[in-house]
Amino acid sequence: MDKKSLTRRLGRPVLGTVAALAMTAGMLGTGPAKAAESFKIGVVTFLSGGAAESFGVPAWNGGKLLIEALNRGGEVPAPYDKKGFGGMTIEYVLVDEAGGATKQVQEFRNLVQREKVDAVLGYVSSGDCLAVPPVADELKAFLILYDCGTPRVFEEASYTYVFRTAAHAAMDNISLARYMKSKGIEAKYFAGINQDYAWGQDSWADFVASMSVIQPGAKVKTALFPKIFAGQYGTEISALMREKPDLVHSSLWGGDLQAFVLQAGARGLFKRAQVAFSAGDHVIPQLGNKMPDGIILGARGVNGLAAKARPNALTTWFWDAYTKEYKVFPVQAPFRMVQGLLGLKTAVEKAMVANGGKKPNAEELAAAMKGLEWDAPSGRIQMTLGGGHQAIQPNAIGRTKWDTAKGEMTLIDVEYYAAECVNPPDGTKAVDWIKAGFPGAKCK
Amino acid sequence: MELFAVILVDGLIYGAWLFIVSVGLTLVFGVLNILNLAHGSLYAVGAYTTASAVGAYFAFGGDGFPIGSYAVMIIAAVLVAIVIGPLLERGLLRHFYGRDEVLAVLVTYGVFLILEDVMKLIWGVDPYFVYQPYDLLGSVEVGPLYYVSYDFLVIAVAIIVGLLVWFVINRTRQGKVVLAVIHDREMSQAMGVNVDRVFMAAFAAGVFLAALGGALTAPMISVSPGISVNVIILAFAVVIIGGLGSIEGAAIGAVVVGVARAASVHLLPEAELFIIYLVMAAVLVFRPEGLFQKTQARKI
Repeated sequence: MDKKSLTRRLGRPVLGTVAALAMTAGMLGTGPAKAAESFKIGVVTFLSGGAAESFGVPAWNGGKLLIEALNRGGEVPAPYDKKGFGGMTIEYVLVDEAGGATKQVQEFRNLVQREKVDAVLGYVSSGDCLAVPPVADELKAFLILYDCGTPRVFEEASYTYVFRTAAHAAMDNISLARYMKSKGIEAKYFAGINQDYAWGQDSWADFVASMSVIQPGAKVKTALFPKIFAGQYGTEISALMREKPDLVHSSLWGGDLQAFVLQAGARGLFKRAQVAFSAGDHVIPQLGNKMPDGIILGARGVNGLAAKARPNALTTWFWDAYTKEYKVFPVQAPFRMVQGLLGLKTAVEKAMVANGGKKPNAEELAAAMKGLEWDAPSGRIQMTLGGGHQAIQPNAIGRTKWDTAKGEMTLIDVEYYAAECVNPPDGTKAVDWIKAGFPGAKCK
Repeated sequence: MELFAVILVDGLIYGAWLFIVSVGLTLVFGVLNILNLAHGSLYAVGAYTTASAVGAYFAFGGDGFPIGSYAVMIIAAVLVAIVIGPLLERGLLRHFYGRDEVLAVLVTYGVFLILEDVMKLIWGVDPYFVYQPYDLLGSVEVGPLYYVSYDFLVIAVAIIVGLLVWFVINRTRQGKVVLAVIHDREMSQAMGVNVDRVFMAAFAAGVFLAALGGALTAPMISVSPGISVNVIILAFAVVIIGGLGSIEGAAIGAVVVGVARAASVHLLPEAELFIIYLVMAAVLVFRPEGLFQKTQARKI
């Protein structure tokens, strides 16, 4: 039925009533969310720079795919089959995260004050995740940190309007150390190669602390910290091979990890030592079978290949839709973007139930998000840390195995860890929890 | 003894690579008196061009004659030099000869920023892999370790490049002309030397050496945005240690930095980043103009 015939059939009286209702709603403030109303989000992720191809771009690919599916309605499995956010169409403004924290603070102000977004979802860089939250609270703007790893965001501060919908990075290394134990991989001597900045240093510190609790006899042979984006690892590989450690730990990512795998593979490092990449799943689409078999691999969460190995309706829908759209499988970053968006959808709809169906404001959203739980393709997400502002989630570690027949990478010997097994309880800093021997950990 | 050998080999491999990526920078400064901040971008353009060219080579039947990919790498570097060298020198840099040196630094910094975006426009942000040339020669055993033979190829190329540049400058007529221009541009011009052509050729040679560095590096890394920044910092450290404008200085500087860094990684990993700048500071304390004071020869 076209618009003209609709007008003719309903006639002026009905249109007049609609107009009167709209005016009444206007006088009372924000009216009930109507089908035509939209929910505008600002999405901030790396579209250029070193973290773009491994994290920012695939994350947004996943986010865009989900937003479009939600806007069409009825495509995403229940409980996410309702259109948009509570019936509202999702609009987005996309911002490149490149340029540093100072620029991102300004971009955040622009999103809130000029673009008038209802919520911002963003940030891969831990530096940005530390810089933007104080501004979000100052502006009383609802902010979801979807990707960054530093535990410091809610361990060293608290915010009213800021939430992180993914587990922080301590989980990566606690899980790795647990995997060594459960798989009987004795690492009498171990070594590390991690980038020389907060991410690399923290990852190594968490892993060493976890190993000292789980395998008390294990000793550090050498700890190498090449510069980020160094690209050349010949000397480091020599040092690792000469020290003959049983295990090599690395949190390298992106182009650095790809270069390291190419160079270390050619030098035979992977044959001499067990190598573990704490969050290295994201380079598999680029490396293919250049990633050797037997590498112990994490993805901060049951993401990527680990999620595929334990499918449910939601995971399968996302995996298939992403693979069909982009001709490549989703790695960890798109999983995190999707779980952030689904958390936001759950919070918006919860807030609308509480406020009588109106579009929620930042206060209502924050109240709904605090302590929230929801299902994502990566499993159950629980906002239990940081006073209900920081998520915990299950994790998985496995080993790489190239499937020659199918010409694709698979993950074997996968161990799944309950969220409470590899994340600290609320009120305890991750590093203190590790050093205390994981008190209260609930491992199945 | 074994540790000493490993440090020496690692240092020489890294030093050879450093020399290739920095010798063009010192050559351009020596002849044109321009500190080319876009040198790292030219290296990156070389790496990208090589990645595309070698990728195409293997896509169109290069598997039957894989060794030909090395020729493709050199051709890619030559292409970059022929296209970008004259374009930059004739189109932009020549307008700044004889003016304040700081101006040229700012201009080349602008070129660096432009080239970074041009590379994203052409190649996007996805990484490029061309690992075939890296694996092609197999590996060799040195003491307790295996090294990729390609690393020794890089050392060989560095020696050939160093000797060739030295020979051309010191033992050929064209080299004498270049030296004459370095010593006194006006006098050379008065004697009938086509200074413009010398400048263009020297700059194109500098671009070629930067691109060759990129071409040789491409098979070892994932070629992606941002690879130029690190290179320019390291190249500056090397040429400052050696003395700006000195080919021999760049060679010595590269080997010193390479060995110092290798020693640090093996013996004191915490100092890996610091050691390069420690060496640079130590040299500058005793010889403020670098190990080889080539700049002294310039007419003021």
